[in-house]
Order: sequence, then C-alpha cells, then structure tokens
Amino acid sequence: MATLEDERAKPYRPPIVAPGYTTATVTDKISEVVLQRTPRWWYLGFGISFLIMMMFLTAVTWLFAKGVGIWGVNQPVGWGFAIVNFVWWIGIGHAGTLISAILLLLRQEWRTSINRFAEAMTLFAVACAGMFPVLHLGRPWLAYWLFPYPNTMGLWPQFRSPLIWDVFAVSTYATVSALFWYVGLIPDLATLRDRSKKRIAQIIYGFGAMGWRGSAAHWHNYETAYLLLAGLATPLVVSVHTVVSFDFAIGIVPGWHATIFPPYFVAGAIYAGFAMVLTLTIPLRAAFGLQDFITLRHLQNMGKVMLATGLIVVYGYAMEFFFAWYSGHHVEQFTFWNRVTGPYKYYWFSLLLCNLLAPQALWLRKVRTSPARLFIVAMFVNAGMWIERFVIVVTSLHRDFLPSSWGMYRGTMWDWMTFIGTLGLFLSLLFLFIRFLPMISIFEMRTIVPGTRGGEYTEVPR
Amino acid sequence: MSAQAHPPSHPHSQPLIHGLMAEFNSADDLIAAAHQIHDAGFKRVDAYTPYPIEELSEALGHHRSKLPAIVLTGGILGALGGYGLQFWAATIAYPMNIGGRPFHSWPAFIVPTFECTILAAALFAVLGMFALNGLPHPYHPVFNVPRFALASRDRYFLVIEARDPKFDRQDTERFLTGLKASEVFEVER
Repeated sequence: MATLEDERAKPYRPPIVAPGYTTATVTDKISEVVLQRTPRWWYLGFGISFLIMMMFLTAVTWLFAKGVGIWGVNQPVGWGFAIVNFVWWIGIGHAGTLISAILLLLRQEWRTSINRFAEAMTLFAVACAGMFPVLHLGRPWLAYWLFPYPNTMGLWPQFRSPLIWDVFAVSTYATVSALFWYVGLIPDLATLRDRSKKRIAQIIYGFGAMGWRGSAAHWHNYETAYLLLAGLATPLVVSVHTVVSFDFAIGIVPGWHATIFPPYFVAGAIYAGFAMVLTLTIPLRAAFGLQDFITLRHLQNMGKVMLATGLIVVYGYAMEFFFAWYSGHHVEQFTFWNRVTGPYKYYWFSLLLCNLLAPQALWLRKVRTSPARLFIVAMFVNAGMWIERFVIVVTSLHRDFLPSSWGMYRGTMWDWMTFIGTLGLFLSLLFLFIRFLPMISIFEMRTIVPGTRGGEYTEVPR
Repeated sequence: MSAQAHPPSHPHSQPLIHGLMAEFNSADDLIAAAHQIHDAGFKRVDAYTPYPIEELSEALGHHRSKLPAIVLTGGILGALGGYGLQFWAATIAYPMNIGGRPFHSWPAFIVPTFECTILAAALFAVLGMFALNGLPHPYHPVFNVPRFALASRDRYFLVIEARDPKFDRQDTERFLTGLKASEVFEVER
C-alpha cells in the first residue's frame, strides 16, 4: 500500500528526452533541421523580421543625420528609451548564460536541450542591447573613445564612472558569450560537416569545425575548457547586471540610489530572460517538431524558475518602497508616491499586473504544463519587464529634487521604430541561426540518451 | 594496399601508412579495448567518439589537462593588466582631481579589473584549448577512411599509429580484431 501511495504522491515528471532515442537518431533528427530544404514558413518569418530590421536601419540612418534630438529625450529625462531598451535587452540575455553556465555547473541535465538556443538568444540580445548606449552617444561613430587606447589627444577613459564599468562588463560579456557559444558549436559543426551532402556546406561547416575529429585527447581538453568557461561565465553574468544596476544605484537620483538594486536587477534579468526563452522555444518546438527533446519538463522547469525569480523581483519592489519610507527623506518618499499616483501611474499598475499578478498563475501545474498558457504568461513578463525599466528610468528622472525642473517624457516615433526595429534585428539573427546551425547541442544530447556513457558534466545515465 | 610497416628496428624511417583504425559498436567495447591496448604498451593511440567519455581518456592514460594552469595564468595577467592600466591612466597618464579624491581610487577600479580578469581567462581557455588540441587542423589522415564520418554520429573508433614502436601491420591488425572491433581499416597517410 505504501508504494501505491508513494506513486500517487509523486507527480508525473515528463522525461528530458522522449524514450526510444539513440545517439544516431538524436544526431539525425537535430541535424536534419539544418540540412533539410528550407521550409516555406522560414522565408516568411525571416522576411518579416528582415523588414522590421530595415525599419531599425531607417531610424538609425535618420538618427545619424539629425542627432538624438529626434528622440524624446530632453531635460529632465535624459535617458529615456535608450536605457530602458538597453537594460531590457541585456536582461533577456542573462537567461542564456544562466542556462548554459550555471545550470551546467549545477548538473541540471535538462538544460542540455535548450542551452544552445538560449546562448544564441544571449548573443543576439546583447547585440541589440549594445546598439542603444552607442546610438545614444550623440556621435556614435566615436564609440571607440570609450575603450582605453593610446591616442594623440592624450586622453584616457574615466575609470571611476559606472558607464565605463558598463563598457567593460558588456563587451566582456559579449566576447565570453560568443566564445562559449562557439566552443560548444565545434563538435556539432563537425557533425554537420560529416553529414551534409553539399560540397559548399561541407566546406563552410568544415571551416567552422576547424578539423575537429572527436579525439579522446581533444575531448579531454575540450571538456576542461568548457567547464572552466562555465565557471568564468557564472560570476560574469552576475557582474554584468550588477554593473548595469550601478548605472542607476551609484547616482544620487531618488528612486535609484538603493542597495537592493544589484540583486534585484540580476533576478529581474533572469526572470525576463526565461520569459523570452519560453516565448521563443514554445513556437519553435512546435514548428520543428522537437517536442521529444524540449519536453514539458523543460517548459515546466522554466516556469518554476520564472516564478521564483519573479517573486524576488516583487520583493525588490516592496523593498524599494520600504527604503523610501524608512529613509525619512521626503524627496525619496515623494518619488515612490509619484510612481503610484503621478502621471505615470498606469505604467505602475500595468507593471503590477504583468510582474506581480500574471506570474502567480505559475503556481498551478495546469499552467506550467500547458505551452499555450505558459506562452501567455511569458508575454506578460516580457512586457512587464520593459515597463519596469521604463518606470525606474522615467519616473525617477521626471520629478526629482527641484519642482521647477520637472517635466514629462514620451518616446517619439523614432524611439519606437528603433526599439521595435531591434526586435527585427533579434528575430532576423534568430531565424538565420535556426536555419544554419543546430539549435540543440547535438553532442550533449548524445550524452543524455539512454545507453551511452555520459560525459563529465552529466549524470551517469539511468 | 601494398603498405608494409617497417620493422621496429628502424624507428626513424617513414611508415607508409598512418596506422590502423578499429571501429567499435559501443562505448563499452571501445573502453575495454583501450584498456587492453594501453596495457599492451602501445603509446601512439587515439580514440574517436561522438561525445566526451571520461573513462576513455583515463583508459588511454591521458594525463591531467594543462588547461587549468593556462587559464589561471590568463586570469592573473588579466587582473594585473586591467588594474595596472587603470592605475597608470588615473595617476600618471591622465590624473584628474575630482572633488579632492585620491588619484589612486582603487575601489572604483575593481569592476574593470574583474571584467579584465574574466576576459583574459576566457580567451586563454579557448585559445589554450585550441593550442593544446592543435586546432585548426585542416587535414588529418583519419578522414581518409569513409566510415570515419560516423565518428561524429554514433560510432566509436580507435587508431594505433604506424609510428608506434610496437606497431606491426599484421600483428596489430590481428590484435585489434581480437578486441571486439567490428571492423579494422588501414588509414592512408
């Protein structure tokens, strides 16, 4: 009787890989996505994304011609959309590194089928994020002045500024993410080289694979490198959003100058990132029929991570209000009162709807195990995290210490075109990625199918 | 193939083939074979698998990877370089007095120092791995065996090179066949 009760007490856990797969069939199934003929919907999806990206380029061209005056930024709100979008995009990227590095070190096997895709998402999100501070410079063609290099002007960057810390953090993050991603791809590029029938594909994948032949001696160094990179990326990803939060927290602007910012931002980043991973994987697994590899277990786990980090974010909101009250400083207190009752109160209430109420649905198994419902929650979170950054950036700046300098802010058409345009850039890159590279790590999948000898970073097969 | 390996008494002469390749159906067979080959005293042996197998490199007697030391070196250089750059720029090359704060305001330099540490360590990890593995490696004789394309799918291979002092074209082939190899191929140079 006890066993029966135990069985009943244990909820059904879908497997990480559907039963019946072998090293050969996982290889064939994942590489087929790349090697088959391009499906018609791909052209449609890529075409639309590409058009949206053209809108971005239009907005940027006009920006280069006219300057940042075409945006809504002005005194007192000098940061506006550029920083909102920057923080939003870079936060999205963080889930990719969390999945690929932190879950690897924690030996979470389920990460295997989503890590490649999530890492690609990281790279593309960082690319989009990087656009905004550079475009915001006023003279973006002088962006290289941010880097320390010997120059005839005898100038050096101001290393005491969080904005320079950001340059170091984001550029390191982009580089390390790219390296990690490429190292992970090498054995899979070798698989594609060996499996493609077309000469041109063999040559191109062969270049990428650099002559990888799966030698035991190579795997030995390779695994060491992969684990060390994961170990390096883990503190890095935490540092990146911490530094992003320093952009705010180091300043004395009311509503920004709080010690809760670093952990609250990091949690928010992971929260937003998992929402984006869900937003992208749910349609993709259906489109490519990858439900056997990206199972309900993965969706469920991602839902749980989203719920946990979402609660941390809500705790952050509560603490911000507490700090404001406890500081006894009337401007600080006013800033938060103004968030709730001021001209931007609808942003604040939609923030609560998206980030406080919507994710509570994830407590229900019915929501976590239904791709459609999860997708809806993830969309709320995507929107909620953008609104959160808007609230933080705009409501703090628009009414600060001096009432005579209060003002209002709204994005112009060009602001929106630039923002939506980066969505086009992001989606275009993703479409190219899923078409030309394996979106699931093939060699890591081989280690988790039954009957194989798992690698160093996976559990012994069951 | 008229290839005949030279007798072990002439180790400096060029063997005419790269070596012999054995194909295995399962990782277990390959690991068992690797143990026996290692015990038999072969030195120039490599195995090829579709995914990393820790026991295999142990069976082949590979030593600990040198990579951790390389990465540590990279991290230390990155930290020193990053901090040194900031120190030099802020106190010597371009000192700027901001509100009477010290030029050597080290707490502000921690973030870039940390990022430089990670960046250099990661670059050393990747480039070090390439260097230790001899990548990129555009041509390798093992690819001359058509079946070897399956090494990146579901087959397990092991090669004993003709350069190995114990290598003998016939004896080694017999030895490999006896190790549950599903097939043994000659690898052209």
